[in-house]
Amino acid sequence: MRDPILRIEDLHIEFRTSRGVIHALQGVTFDVMPGEIFGVVGETGCGKTITGLSVLRLLPRSARITQGNIRFEGVDLLKISQREMRSIRGGKISIIFQDPSTSMNPLFTIGFQMNKVIREHLKFSREKARERALTMLAATGLPDVERIYDSYPHQLSGGMLQRAMIALALSCEHSLLIADEPTTALDVTIQSQILQLMRELQQKLGVAMILITHNLGVVANMCDRLVVLYAGRVVEIGESRSIFENPQHPYTRGLMSAIPAPGSRGNRLSAIPGNVPIDPGALKGCVFAPRCAFVMPRCLKESPVMFHLSKDHASTCFLAERGDLF
Amino acid sequence: MPNPIIVAKDIVKEFQLPGGWLSRKKHSIRAVDQVSFDVSRGEVFGLVGESGCGKSTLGLMLLRLLDITSGSLFFNSIDLTRLTSAELRQLRRQMQIVFQNPNSSLSPRLKVLDIVAEPLRTHHIAPEKQMREQVLLLLDQVGLGKQHLDRFPHEMSGGQYQRVAIARALALNPSLIVLDEPTSALDVSVQAQIINLLVDLQQKLNLTFIFISHDLNVVQHISDRIGVMYLGKLVEIGKSEEVFMQPLHPYTKALLASIPQPKIGKDKELKTLKGQIPSVANPPSGCRFHTRCPSVISKCKLSEPELIAVSIDRFVACHLVVE
Repeated sequence: MRDPILRIEDLHIEFRTSRGVIHALQGVTFDVMPGEIFGVVGETGCGKTITGLSVLRLLPRSARITQGNIRFEGVDLLKISQREMRSIRGGKISIIFQDPSTSMNPLFTIGFQMNKVIREHLKFSREKARERALTMLAATGLPDVERIYDSYPHQLSGGMLQRAMIALALSCEHSLLIADEPTTALDVTIQSQILQLMRELQQKLGVAMILITHNLGVVANMCDRLVVLYAGRVVEIGESRSIFENPQHPYTRGLMSAIPAPGSRGNRLSAIPGNVPIDPGALKGCVFAPRCAFVMPRCLKESPVMFHLSKDHASTCFLAERGDLF
Repeated sequence: MPNPIIVAKDIVKEFQLPGGWLSRKKHSIRAVDQVSFDVSRGEVFGLVGESGCGKSTLGLMLLRLLDITSGSLFFNSIDLTRLTSAELRQLRRQMQIVFQNPNSSLSPRLKVLDIVAEPLRTHHIAPEKQMREQVLLLLDQVGLGKQHLDRFPHEMSGGQYQRVAIARALALNPSLIVLDEPTSALDVSVQAQIINLLVDLQQKLNLTFIFISHDLNVVQHISDRIGVMYLGKLVEIGKSEEVFMQPLHPYTKALLASIPQPKIGKDKELKTLKGQIPSVANPPSGCRFHTRCPSVISKCKLSEPELIAVSIDRFVACHLVVE
């Protein structure tokens, strides 16, 4: 088996707030293989965005990594200098955010911003960088790329701007792309265009991609493998097919059946009762126990560890350990 | 249609855009363009479409929170366009609205008690002495309790706060509630709770809902009938199941094919529509969908198709379907 391009091991992140310490991540572990699309799924506050930001060392000041390590192509990203990090950030790893209009600088043209990034990381001349930028813009299916190159962000629609963002994010021969809710701000017909584009480019360029999203439909259509996070912990991880066809954690199962599907009219949706805990660090036992339909006395006392159901499917639930698939 | 609560005929909403500093020429956009439909009592009517299609504008017009530029609109056989503001105020007791984000539609400075009591006070429904009791009854209907009465919004989760917004909408015992993206800001597990609550309330109180959303899965789940909008026009109306199982308009088909379903399928390709959504300020000639339609014919560019009944309760605006 090949070595993973990214390995996150036992990552713990704390936030210091006026209301005390919040344990945002508590021992998140996963690998991303070269050239695959890896999904990070969960609801608000599960830690999915923080996980993405930590890889680029872009965490807000109030956050602190208290434990764990992040290895990218064998290098421990938490140990290298700011200067080295700068060349990896945007050079080897890039990121796309949810709202493209807030990730581009509104005062400069698309072309200016792309040009700058390409010159910085690939050491191209201005002319060559322009050529590269135009090629990338064209690769994302944008029409009339010369005009777009000279446009300001506000002159493009949301879908077009997200395409430009993708062009920028892939322009420097990156090996890892982190996409944090890349289509959440877009309309559904535009969303499907962008997803299609991301998959095409990802295959053509062979980059690995981490797709962070709350939308299970997007994950099912895009990802090879995925991890489900809940309250800062991994609850289930494995191959997409295996997880979608046979979810092995009550939370994953709950999420899947909470979505209305064609033909669900007249039936009640199976909602997960309660809310996500504000500080999961304060809970003893399994973080999902207070909302779980299958809770046992043991769940309130001990924290379950990861149980492997097959080579590439694991769940953090005592039921999975016993093998009785509820 | 038996006993319609809303009858809208050719309603139009035009917004004036500010012209240039020196130019006298005024620009206007038609956010809603000649839309006609009926909603019967006790029905859930879903409105779907992408951003800018006019679904929220239409929702506001139905309560006359926005004035209607032209066309006629009847609520319980009363012509809404001809009411004085005093008459309208009285009538509004019967029509309420719930918005997407309670954080921006409800006051952050009021306690839950006062948020829900406000309509009761405005319309002098309940004496102050009984207010706590009244509000408690309303909160009970939405699954909240005594412990929530004296809380401020920031002390509640998004799902709980949306329940407060629903309780407030129910306070005056309305017959019609417009729900504008009521679950779009919520996580799926909480969204399911709110949808179940809405379905229960609608059945128990025999309410009429106008359910506006961009999420087709949600609309399909809750609605009896659905209207699909594109660039200010209704392009298809029909029973929820029929529209979903057998969409007739090419736009409805494309919209349904674009939703990524949470299932691993053999065919992982999503069907995509080409092109961008045109601006409402400058809609395409003829059929507004012709620039993106996969089955466009020459006629589509020239003449605009009308919304025509193809069977009972099924309307489509497309040259191909009608012929």
